[in-house]
Amino acid sequence: MGTMEIDPPTPKLLIKQGAEAQVYSTTYLLPHIPALLKHRPSKPYRHPTLDARLTKHRCLSESRLLIRARSLGIPVPAVYFVDESRGEIFMEWITGSSVREVLDEVLAQEDGESVVDRMMVRVGAAVGALHAADIVHGDLTTSNIMVRNGEREEVVGFGEREVVLIDFGLGAVSTQDEDKAVDLYVLERAFSSTHPKAEKLFQDVLKSYEQNYNGAKVVLRRLQDVRMRGRKRSMIG
Amino acid sequence: MIALGLEGSANKLGVGLIRHIPSKPAEILSNIRHTFVSPPGEGFLPKDTAKHHRSWVVTLVKRSLKESGVKVKDIDCICYTKGPGMGAPLQSVAIAARTLSLLWGKPLVGVNHCVGHIEMGREITGANNPVVLYVSGGNTQVIAYAEQRYRIFGEALDIAVGNCLDRFARTLNISNDPAPGYNIEQMAKKGKNLVELPYAVKGMDCSFSGILAVVDMMAAQLLSGKPKPLLAPEGELVTREDLCFSLQETVFAMLVEITERAMAHVGSEQVLIVGGVGCNERLQEMMGLMARDRGGSVYATDERFCIDNGIMIAHAGLLAYETGFVTPLEESTCTQRFRTDEVLVKWRD
Repeated sequence: MGTMEIDPPTPKLLIKQGAEAQVYSTTYLLPHIPALLKHRPSKPYRHPTLDARLTKHRCLSESRLLIRARSLGIPVPAVYFVDESRGEIFMEWITGSSVREVLDEVLAQEDGESVVDRMMVRVGAAVGALHAADIVHGDLTTSNIMVRNGEREEVVGFGEREVVLIDFGLGAVSTQDEDKAVDLYVLERAFSSTHPKAEKLFQDVLKSYEQNYNGAKVVLRRLQDVRMRGRKRSMIG
Repeated sequence: MIALGLEGSANKLGVGLIRHIPSKPAEILSNIRHTFVSPPGEGFLPKDTAKHHRSWVVTLVKRSLKESGVKVKDIDCICYTKGPGMGAPLQSVAIAARTLSLLWGKPLVGVNHCVGHIEMGREITGANNPVVLYVSGGNTQVIAYAEQRYRIFGEALDIAVGNCLDRFARTLNISNDPAPGYNIEQMAKKGKNLVELPYAVKGMDCSFSGILAVVDMMAAQLLSGKPKPLLAPEGELVTREDLCFSLQETVFAMLVEITERAMAHVGSEQVLIVGGVGCNERLQEMMGLMARDRGGSVYATDERFCIDNGIMIAHAGLLAYETGFVTPLEESTCTQRFRTDEVLVKWRD
C-alpha cells in the first residue's frame, strides 16, 4: 500500500473577531475551494457544561437556518460541513462586498442612487423571501448583506449582481410580525445611518419586500409601531 | 461645592454628603444607609417601605450632618432620586427633599437613579469610558456613553436579574438579611451540580422570567420529592445549594455575554459593573475572565457604592448642578419610569 498524499492544510486567516464567534477564511476539502469557517470558541467564564450546550445548540441552529433558507431558494451561503461539538461551521465563501461598502462607495458619487436601485429590489426580494419562510435574521444590517462579485465585473453593474444574506448567528424561526418588523427596523436604521441618500433607497427595498411576501402588509403596519417606540419598550420599573 | 443626596427608590434609604473640588477626586463626607428588611419568604411592599423611609429620614440626615461635621450653610444643593423606582418610597423621599429645600433655602436637583450608579462607579473606580453593566433588583441594562447620553444597548425584557434572584430566595425561604442575593451567593459557593435551566439571550437583550419559573418548579420538586426526587444529570440528588449555583451560573453567563456583545459593538475594553447584583463576586470573576480574553479589564465597587446609596445621588446631582441644572420646586416630582437615556449628560464631552 502506498501512502496517500495529503495536501498540507490551508492556513486559517482570521478575518473577523466578533463577540461570540471568530470568522476565518480557509478552504474546504480541496485547496482550490475557498471556504469560510465560523468558529465559536469556548468561553472560559461559562460553566463547561453550559458552554458545551450553548456552543452545540447555536452551531446547529445557525446551520439549520442556513440549510432551510437555501433549500427554499433564498440566497444564503451553502453549508459545507458542521462540527457542532467543536463549534465549527464551514460554509461557502462569498466573493464580493457588503451592501454597506457598496453604498458608501456608490452614494459618494453624483447620481449614484440610480446605479443601485436594482440592488435594492434584490435586497427587498431576499428579505421578503426569508420572512415568507418564517425565518428572522436577528441582526439585519447592511454589513450582513453581501453583493456577490459578477463573473465579469466590469460588465455586470451592481444592480445585476446577486445579493446574499449572511451571519444567521442571531437568527430564529418565528411567525411573529413583531420579530419581522424589528428585522426591517434594524435594516432601516442601518440604511439611514449610512448616508442621507440611502433613506430613499430603503423605500425601494420595502416596495420589493411587499411584492415578494404575502404577509408584508401586517409586518409593515407593525413596523410603524416599532418606529414610534424604537426597538425598546418605554417602561422600566 | 457640597451636596446632600437622598436615595429611597427601593428598600434602602440612603443619605450622603459629597464635596467636589475642581480637578480633584470627589470627597465622601458621609455615606449612611438604613435598609428595610422583610421577613423570609416575603418581598418589600411599597407602603411598608415608604413608611420605613419616612420614619428614618430625619434620623439619617441628622446623623449624616453630625458625623461629617458639615454645617447646613455649607451645603449647596439637595439632590434626590427622581426615578426610576417604586412610587411610594420615591414619593416619601421626594417630600423629605422638598421639606429640607424649603427649610434651608437650598436648590433641589432631581437625579436619575441609574445615572447615579454609573457616575459613582466611574468616580470610585476611575474607569474612564467603560461599557456599564447595571444590575440590580429593579434594573438590568448594558449601557455605553455616546454624545451626551448614556445609551442603553441591551436590557432585560421582563424582570430584572436581581428580582429573579430575590424571588428565588423567597421560594427557598432564605433570609432577606442582609440581602437575599447575598445569601444566594453564599449558598451557591457550596453547590456543585449544574442543572439545566433555560438560557434566554436575544441579541443584546435577555429575559429572566422563564428561568425563574423553571427553577421555582425544580425547587418545588426538590422540597417535596414529588413526583420523584430531583436528580442531577450524574444521578446525584440535587440540593438547594445546587439550584442557587445553577441559577447564578446561568443568569451571570447571560449577563457577561450581552456585555461582551456591547463591548465588541462599541469597541471598548473597559467594563464597569454597578448596582446591587454587581457586589456578587462570582459575577465579577466571570466578567473578569471575559474582559481578560478581550485584553481589557473589569471595574467594580464594593457594597458601599454598589448597593443603593445616598452618595451616588449627591455625586450625580452635583455634577448636573455644576453645569447649571436645578429642579424647580414645582417640578420636583418623582416618576417610576425614567429611562437612563432620557438624561442629558452635560458634564461629559
